[in-house]
Amino acid sequence: MTDAVLTTDELAVTYTGNREVEALKGVSLEFPENQLTAIIGPSGCGKSTLLKSLNRLHEIQPNVDIAGNVVLGDQSIYNTDEPTPELRKRIGYVPQTPTALPLSIYENVAYGLKIHGEYDSKAELDDQVEHYLRKVNLWDEVEDRLETPGAELSTGQIQRLCLARSLAVEPEVLLCDEVTSALDPISAEQVEATLEELKAEYTIVMVTHSMDQAKRLADTVVFLYLGELVETNDTQSFFENPQHERTQEFVKGHTAVEYADTESESDANAGEPVAPNR
Amino acid sequence: MDRYAKQRLFSALAKGSAALVVAVMILVVAVTIVRGGVVFLTDPAIAFTPPGSRYMLEGDGGFLHAVLGSVFIVGPATLVSMTLAVSTAIYLQSDYSSERFSDVVNMFLNVLWGTPPIVYGVFVLTVIIAVGAQTSLFFGIVAIAIFQYPIMTRYTDEALRSAPDTVREATYGLGATRFETAIMTVRAALPGVIAGVIMGFARGIGDAATVLFTAGRSTNMPGGLFEPSTTLPVLIFDQAMSFNAEVRSHAYAAAFVLIVVVLGLILASKILAGRYARYTPGGRHS
Amino acid sequence: MSESIESTESNTKRSRIGRRLRIERLSSYWLGGAGYFAIALFVLIVLTLLYQSAPLLSEYSIVQMLTSSNWDPAQNEFGFMPAIVGTIYVTVLSMAMGTPIAIFAAIYIAEYAEGRAKTLIGSFIDVLAAIPSVIFGLVALIVVVPFVGDYLAPAVGSSATGLGIFTVSLVMAIVVTPFMISLSVESLEALPDELRESSLGVGATKWETIRIVLLRAAGPGIFSAILLGFGRVFGATIVPAMLIGGQTQLPDSPFATGQTLPTLIVNDFGELMSLPLTQSALIFVGLMLVVVVWLFNFGAMLVRSRLQRRWQY
Repeated sequence: MTDAVLTTDELAVTYTGNREVEALKGVSLEFPENQLTAIIGPSGCGKSTLLKSLNRLHEIQPNVDIAGNVVLGDQSIYNTDEPTPELRKRIGYVPQTPTALPLSIYENVAYGLKIHGEYDSKAELDDQVEHYLRKVNLWDEVEDRLETPGAELSTGQIQRLCLARSLAVEPEVLLCDEVTSALDPISAEQVEATLEELKAEYTIVMVTHSMDQAKRLADTVVFLYLGELVETNDTQSFFENPQHERTQEFVKGHTAVEYADTESESDANAGEPVAPNR
Repeated sequence: MDRYAKQRLFSALAKGSAALVVAVMILVVAVTIVRGGVVFLTDPAIAFTPPGSRYMLEGDGGFLHAVLGSVFIVGPATLVSMTLAVSTAIYLQSDYSSERFSDVVNMFLNVLWGTPPIVYGVFVLTVIIAVGAQTSLFFGIVAIAIFQYPIMTRYTDEALRSAPDTVREATYGLGATRFETAIMTVRAALPGVIAGVIMGFARGIGDAATVLFTAGRSTNMPGGLFEPSTTLPVLIFDQAMSFNAEVRSHAYAAAFVLIVVVLGLILASKILAGRYARYTPGGRHS
Repeated sequence: MSESIESTESNTKRSRIGRRLRIERLSSYWLGGAGYFAIALFVLIVLTLLYQSAPLLSEYSIVQMLTSSNWDPAQNEFGFMPAIVGTIYVTVLSMAMGTPIAIFAAIYIAEYAEGRAKTLIGSFIDVLAAIPSVIFGLVALIVVVPFVGDYLAPAVGSSATGLGIFTVSLVMAIVVTPFMISLSVESLEALPDELRESSLGVGATKWETIRIVLLRAAGPGIFSAILLGFGRVFGATIVPAMLIGGQTQLPDSPFATGQTLPTLIVNDFGELMSLPLTQSALIFVGLMLVVVVWLFNFGAMLVRSRLQRRWQY
């Protein structure tokens, strides 16, 4: 068993808007180094909230209360004087919707490097950009059009671009929020293949709604239900020998749950069919 | 830590700019209300008294003529403009027009939206000269209606666009005609439409450049549809340039009346939009 | 018996359908007409103004009128240069003062303010946008004019009454700022949160995120907002007429009195309407305003679509 780089201690998140919602009710977890941890569970059970609270990204929304702690290495994420951007540099985040920044493909990858000033020459920057684009298997596809806007790529390519952009600042942990859910099956497969290669080198925490994906990719699985941690174990034991009753139900009946799940996803993502004349 | 100093600097700049804008707005409203309120509240009758025969020179009487002129010009203008604007917006939205034609019309609406009001004034005056008529209440109505048209069309268009497609699909699904469906879409977007009409009214009642040459700049009570007339903003403009201190102080009283009306209209539009939005799907206010 | 009832029923049904279809047909004529109204109105305005400018244009050369600075309608001298320079002066100064403040204030409202403060400031901006410009002019007469005349102009070594180009520019900056703010706020708020998350997620500061990512992504919208502000200053009539001093001369300093194209119309229309050439000249000014607005709108469309491609997200 490798050492945990990231741990949470009784992490609780409450949304205090019009309606108070306890999204996360005291979750204590350890994320082992250079492994891929998958967080699974039905929709609205706090998966994304957990992920975002690991690098304080939930703070861009108003009305969120947080209790408990997150520790990276030996540094607390919440009780610290270190500016949040420095923490987020060490814990990267890739959003669910493939999002290109309004910059060229090249600038998208160079974005983090430029901000942190982590290069000495243009040549070094070029090398870095190429290195990370190769790492996500995108270089061959974009090599000859690095100056075109990132948004002109296909969604699958954009998602790999996002991975490259996040990796370029060499984060200690990479958070991936359902990174394949908005993609067509072929693109999803490519992104999965990339993650498969990356997990040996990086500590990855991935939220997924697909149990099959968790089975294929994860070293460790975390099962959340209604904001509470139900069970966590290495992937094989988790699926073959679930300890908790709820996990057993979920693993056994996962086709049904997954069906309901994907349906709500498509509602949120696919949008309205295009009507004639707007 | 240079990045963080920059971050603090620009956050402060953003905050400062917002504070400055709010301060200026408070200053403008406060000066109008205090300065005008004093004049108006000492003698509220000036807003309800017809002007004397030498009003612009000596300030005898009050400015009831401009208050009535504003009502008689902007009221009908808003009705006319609203009818046209809502019709245009329906035409652009629903299944009457092709997308390409809608784009063309939208381009022209944008140009009209950006056209300075003085141009509408000059245009209507040119028409007045061409037909050999004289400046009057009627041409004031025409000028204000033209001025309001692109404003209301844009607000209505936005409101209709925010109405969910499902309303249209459901109505067609019941066998409704295009017109019946359009009416239903307007109802679904009603708060936005109403807010847009009120905004158009507020802009119309505050504009001086369009009526300056078209309504007649009269200093008498409005006598009829084809008689010269004036409105509050034009009156304030004229009063402010007067050599008589009493007349100039009336300008602040008139400004007080005008700003109270405009603030009331905005409040009404916000409340209406807010109230309806709760019952109407997709009712995003203005 | 029952047959006849049935046939009455189907008759009513048929007549109802007939009525509905008749309404449908009539309404489609009306709505179609309304659809063309915007185009018809624009064409009518341009043609009318063009037709009425013709007497002037047939008598004098456009180039000569646009470059001459001698404006004396009573002597049939129509030099538009002073008014054109005055208009450009006012427009550039106002935009220079108003645009940065508008963009920063919009950033504050969209990205920093939360909850009640946000709603409150938003309503303040709405109110400011709805205040009639004649009221700004009136307030400026007792606030800005003395300030500029007694303090600002002497402080920079210029003597002035307080009426003049700088005063107009300052007040117009205040008039257009709220419009630019609310449009910019709209386009910033329309951006998906993923853009913010992506940028913050690699360790960018909030300001870096705003400057590099959000201002570009919202760029086309902010560009439109600035353009709208430009159009409003350019065609402003009442505030300049009240505050510019109304002297048709080439301004020699920002504190000088002057004239803009719209104030030319206001100052000279009443008295000189009887002279046909003057009338034609002032209508020509209206035509110039429309043409410039039209050119800018067209140019803006091209620029916007380029920006949209370049800064897509």
